[in-house]
Amino acid sequence: MNWKLLTDPIGKSNPVTVLILGICSALAVTVKLEPALVMGLAVAVVTACSSCILSLLRNTIPPRIRIIVQLVVVATFVILVDQLLRAFAYDISKQLSVFVGLIITNCIIMGRIEAFALGNRPWPSFIDGLGNGLGYGMILVIVAFVRELFGSGTLFGYQIIPESWYIANGGFYADNGLMILPPMALIVVGLIIWIQRSIMRIN
Amino acid sequence: MLRKIIDKIKPSFERGARFGFLHSTFEAFESFAFVPNKTTQSGAHIRDCNDLKRVMTVVIIALMPALFFGCWNIGYQHAHTFGVEMTFGAMWLYGFLRVLPVIIVSYAVGLGIEFTAAQLRGHEVNEGFLVTGMLIPLVMPVGVPLWMVGLATAFAVIIGKEIFGGTGMNIFNPALLARAFIFFSYPSQISGDRVWVAGLQSPSAVDVTTGATPLAEVATGGIDRLPSVADLFFGFIPGSIGETSTLAVLIGAVILIYTGVASWKIMFSCVVGLIATGVLLNLVAVNPYMAMPPYYHLLMGGFAFGAVFMATDPVTAAQTEVGKWLYGFLIGALTVLIRVFNEGYPEGMMLAILLMNAFAPLIDHYAVALHIRRRLQRSAVLHKNELL
Repeated sequence: MNWKLLTDPIGKSNPVTVLILGICSALAVTVKLEPALVMGLAVAVVTACSSCILSLLRNTIPPRIRIIVQLVVVATFVILVDQLLRAFAYDISKQLSVFVGLIITNCIIMGRIEAFALGNRPWPSFIDGLGNGLGYGMILVIVAFVRELFGSGTLFGYQIIPESWYIANGGFYADNGLMILPPMALIVVGLIIWIQRSIMRIN
Repeated sequence: MLRKIIDKIKPSFERGARFGFLHSTFEAFESFAFVPNKTTQSGAHIRDCNDLKRVMTVVIIALMPALFFGCWNIGYQHAHTFGVEMTFGAMWLYGFLRVLPVIIVSYAVGLGIEFTAAQLRGHEVNEGFLVTGMLIPLVMPVGVPLWMVGLATAFAVIIGKEIFGGTGMNIFNPALLARAFIFFSYPSQISGDRVWVAGLQSPSAVDVTTGATPLAEVATGGIDRLPSVADLFFGFIPGSIGETSTLAVLIGAVILIYTGVASWKIMFSCVVGLIATGVLLNLVAVNPYMAMPPYYHLLMGGFAFGAVFMATDPVTAAQTEVGKWLYGFLIGALTVLIRVFNEGYPEGMMLAILLMNAFAPLIDHYAVALHIRRRLQRSAVLHKNELL
């Protein structure tokens, strides 16, 4: 098995920080860690499964209608994931609201199907989809970690910054309200891209 | 004397020498202490007595009246609110001791980052931060925690300036970015009625009368509690450290215009835009705020300070002469609109300038395009006449 298919999208060809795909949802669901983690996993499952299925079908799909076929397959998995979340993690499903349904518009999924799955065998396609989904999820988790820690003082909902530090309790600290707002997600993603590029020397 | 010391240690800071990695830092201090002895080697340059250092120094001098008045006003507001008797000197000293730490933090953080960035990139350190470092404390409320000032300065210098390429390349005014950062990150520390007067922040000061700025008063419906026009003009009101006194700002404006450092067109068109929009709102007034005489807008909040020191920032303002008129006019107009129609943001000046900073390049683009089209038409007309 080719490990590079799994590790490359997590590192040096990361879909969010290098290809700059899937930014909208990265901004929308990263206020808290928990929804970000679930969103990352959901996208990983959908990308991996739909890449695999479409790779199986790749020789039977007429090229002119391939986009519609891809949409049908992806939509199927998105609905499956949505229903699963509603059944077993209702609270998070409510927090993610429309963004689960909008996974279907995530550029990463269609991008990997077009660029990889339609020209490769099912197993490598599955691994490639999984790697890209996990690369996306990893960035989401990093952004959400920064935003939740500095914006709400919590991680996964547990208080991390001591209560006695807050100004209301006689301390000096205050949560950063800008971290909760979408612009800061963009700035944090930008900083991650900056750090990654200066470490990996990608231009 | 100093020259001798610097000349002696200079070789050890040349590239490749023992302290070569500190080259930028050394050079900055040398050119700060003396006029640089280097001449440009190539290219055409305009010869002028104004270099960046001198321009920055003029702005700093122009800021001094606002700073001195701000220090006194802090003491005055404190004495007024708590009913303490204080002499003029005591008020000034009280305020000065409150402002000094903010200035030190702003300069220490900002210059620290500037020096580090120049060091890492092998650039020269330039004087770009001198003015920003003084503007940041002047637009802060007196009770702002120092670590927030430090964080906001770091944000403004790194995100607002260094990633665009440093001094002269930034899109937004860094000092306003620092204020906007605190405004959106820690709203309770920069708005409301407890942050503007020194001493009101401590929990023991619960029972004292309100220290709201006039803008906040108006936004919350207290239009009849407005201070007199004279108080607003001279600045005996709560507010950010340097912005309260329109008079002190006007002295600065005279210095800036007389030396030609800042554009009078921008300042003037800001005022025109503000008055025009104010009058327009008066005509259709449906609530007391809209019916307020427009000259109150001139005197309240940070309008004067912003129009003189922030909007005229040569880097972020429109560059073309036609563009400057439109740029200033829209800042004035937007300020009134934001103030009157959005209770959440009583200070519209900051947001208006930042928004127009973003549009300045677009305004310039069309100003230049318009100019080119006119010239083309003129030459086309001439050409046609020749043919006839």
